[in-house]
Amino acid sequence: MRRRTLLQASAGALTFFFTSRVSAAPIEPTRPGAYAEDFNAYLKISADGRVGCFVGKTELGQGAMTVLAMLVAEELELDPAQVDMLLGDTDLCPWDLPTGGSLTMWHTAPVLRGAAAEARAVLLGLAAKALGASAAELAMKDGAIWVKAAPTRRTTFGALVQGRKLARHLGKVKPKPLAECTVIGRRFLRKDALAKTTGAAKYAGDLRLPGTLHACILRPPAQGLKLATADTTAAERIPGVRIVRDGTLLAVLHPQPDTARKALALVKGTFEGTEPDVDDARIYQHLVDKAATGQRVMNSRGDLAAGEKRAATVVEAEYRNAYESHATLEPHTSVAKWEDGRMTVWASNQSPFVFRDSVAEALKLDKDKVRIITPFVGGGFGGKLVGPNAIEAARIARQVPGVPIQLAWNREEDLFLDGYRPAAVVKLRAGLDAGRGAITFWDSVVAGVSQGEAEFTYEFQTSRYQAPAVPDLHPLKVGAWRAPNAHTNAFARESQLDALAAKAGMDPVTLRRRLATDPRLLHLLDLALEAFGWEPAPGPTGRGIGLACGAWRQAMVVAVAQVAVDKATGKVQVLRFLEAVDVGLVVNPDGARQQVEGAITMCLGQALSEEIHFKGSRILDKNFDTYLLPRFSAIPRIQVVFAENTGMATQGIGEPPVVPVAAALANAVFDATGARVTHVPFTPERVLEALKRLPAK
Amino acid sequence: MAMTKFTLNGRPVEVTSERSRMLVWVLRDELGLTGTKVGCEAGLCGACTVLVDSEAVPSCSTSLGDVAGKSVLTIEGLTVDGKLDPVQQAFQDHHAFQCGYCTSGMILAAWAFLKKKPKATRAEIVAAMEGNICRCGAHVRILDAVETAGKAMGGVR
Repeated sequence: MRRRTLLQASAGALTFFFTSRVSAAPIEPTRPGAYAEDFNAYLKISADGRVGCFVGKTELGQGAMTVLAMLVAEELELDPAQVDMLLGDTDLCPWDLPTGGSLTMWHTAPVLRGAAAEARAVLLGLAAKALGASAAELAMKDGAIWVKAAPTRRTTFGALVQGRKLARHLGKVKPKPLAECTVIGRRFLRKDALAKTTGAAKYAGDLRLPGTLHACILRPPAQGLKLATADTTAAERIPGVRIVRDGTLLAVLHPQPDTARKALALVKGTFEGTEPDVDDARIYQHLVDKAATGQRVMNSRGDLAAGEKRAATVVEAEYRNAYESHATLEPHTSVAKWEDGRMTVWASNQSPFVFRDSVAEALKLDKDKVRIITPFVGGGFGGKLVGPNAIEAARIARQVPGVPIQLAWNREEDLFLDGYRPAAVVKLRAGLDAGRGAITFWDSVVAGVSQGEAEFTYEFQTSRYQAPAVPDLHPLKVGAWRAPNAHTNAFARESQLDALAAKAGMDPVTLRRRLATDPRLLHLLDLALEAFGWEPAPGPTGRGIGLACGAWRQAMVVAVAQVAVDKATGKVQVLRFLEAVDVGLVVNPDGARQQVEGAITMCLGQALSEEIHFKGSRILDKNFDTYLLPRFSAIPRIQVVFAENTGMATQGIGEPPVVPVAAALANAVFDATGARVTHVPFTPERVLEALKRLPAK
Repeated sequence: MAMTKFTLNGRPVEVTSERSRMLVWVLRDELGLTGTKVGCEAGLCGACTVLVDSEAVPSCSTSLGDVAGKSVLTIEGLTVDGKLDPVQQAFQDHHAFQCGYCTSGMILAAWAFLKKKPKATRAEIVAAMEGNICRCGAHVRILDAVETAGKAMGGVR
């Protein structure tokens, strides 16, 4: 409701906050690639005193809308409910980076908070003049400013701003010190709570623009094939059907979405192109062979051969990841409209400005001829960082001027067209010294992903990290999946450390303590063990408890899992999962907790069940009957503990809790059974295989 | 054109869609009620869950003909005079959602279950919600919310 009010106000006769440049274009152009320096770009106060906040992020479900409002509320002494958020509109919001990579709290939050701090100082200055007092004598709360000693001498944001066209900028103003903060660290109702629990929240597919035609696109049977010929005769017999072609894109349009889909089924197409000779079993050798043509040493420390000679315990192992889909519950969806030489796309997306630029490029339009508007987004996880769906919608809309085109991929298309978490092979060789206190060498060769976050705050005497610089390594389309590279490398590293500890007859925590170089890690290990109530012992103990560590930028996480393994079926049931998390200052504790709970839960699927099955470039998974997401019966008891580290800048929390999940589970499976699972996901079949490899007792 | 009558959120409606049309499209396309979401179109994810005579069904796999003469409740019908239903209230209080795309279906599935069994055990709630997928991982909060709502609906164990 507030969102609509704000939209109308923005387009209408609103007096904008301290700007001398009120015009049809409400935001002065900002340099792409740089955050707006003028706080007016982010904050506007309407005549009634409400504060509007404009940010180029999107609400994917992670709570950006709420936590950003909290920062503005903090500086302007408001309740977050008093801040109207408008996210992800490239005409109305200043440029921003994508909503991904845990960047919202890392990059955007300090900028927005700084803008709000500056606005606070400007408002206090204006109020001081209006009330005949010094700024230090004033108090601010709920949009009012008054003289502390004489509360009847008061004014409001609305009164101060109304009718003024001021451009006062004080430059960098320090945010409030933490001790004076009243919003940061508290729980507030999520700003999207009412809309999402009443069905009022609008996603791209929920827009009902008059005259909308629903589009369905003819897809090839395999990735990479192109449309050669098409026979649309039968489809065109259905009343209301229109066919649009743009190069190899063929779409069936109809006023009803289900009729468009039925009509598409009547279109006969032929396709050309070749499929790769690979499948979901042979992909790993494919990656290793292809990567070998261009492996590069990315980082090297010390004399590896000399380190190996010092090793008393050596483990050599290969860790695999299957392709995995983002599988957002809302499939990729856009509505595009070409009108008056401008393309407007309401898109389910994580990166409005990337979408704007890629739509402009695809249609050979100037960037300012494209506008991306972002409704609520039904999940992202990295899958909506790029905009093939929006580009397709725009290409179709370009052919039918004035007609809104809705393009909602169905589940099969979503699984087929996604850019997957890359399949990968991490080969590790590493050794532990006789004193069991030092890793003497660590040799990592990665195929399929980069060496990103392969290193951690462990001291290794010698190490070498190799990763391929080979184009077109993957036969399928890949993309960024929550904590990309990091979770793949952490799975390998943390499994390998456990294997070394077990082989050397020591417990897995003591080894990590001896290797740790950062006291934050030691603290997190203490927190995790105490909260879990776990006395580590050399594995396998049969208790089914495993631990793993991981990092994303400066954020650090320790995960502890407890599992039960059915040795007859290979099924892994997760009983408990705990994460101890250090992401610096936690602004929204409940929101942060949600992200950790969500990451743990999502990664149960990553670790145990989610895998894209394929032959050539044909994707065999069409729906959730074979692509298996975690359901309620898979959910363990979840515990989250935050390190009190208010001195470190907020790191963001979408990625960090993902990083160690699969490794903690694999280590727990080892502790339960003595069998090491090295292939993500460790499905019942793979667990049984691992159990079979155990030497007979 | 043949009309089909049913009760929607307590009011009688007549719609023109063919009887073979799936209910989700009748609701979203003909009637403009977009709170019911489309997730898989195969009855596998529960995002399109609605209540037909108080039973939770996937509206993507339920035809208009199936609900002729029956009573359909969607998420839009759960709020009466601006007052949230106890299940909606519990989902809000627990923040039992992230992206929100599964939430309508979750709330309605929980509602149908709790009407029958407000004093359910955690294991029974898990079994009742098994057909609904949440991708963001709000499961623990959803289970907590269903427990809370059960208590509010008179089911103290």
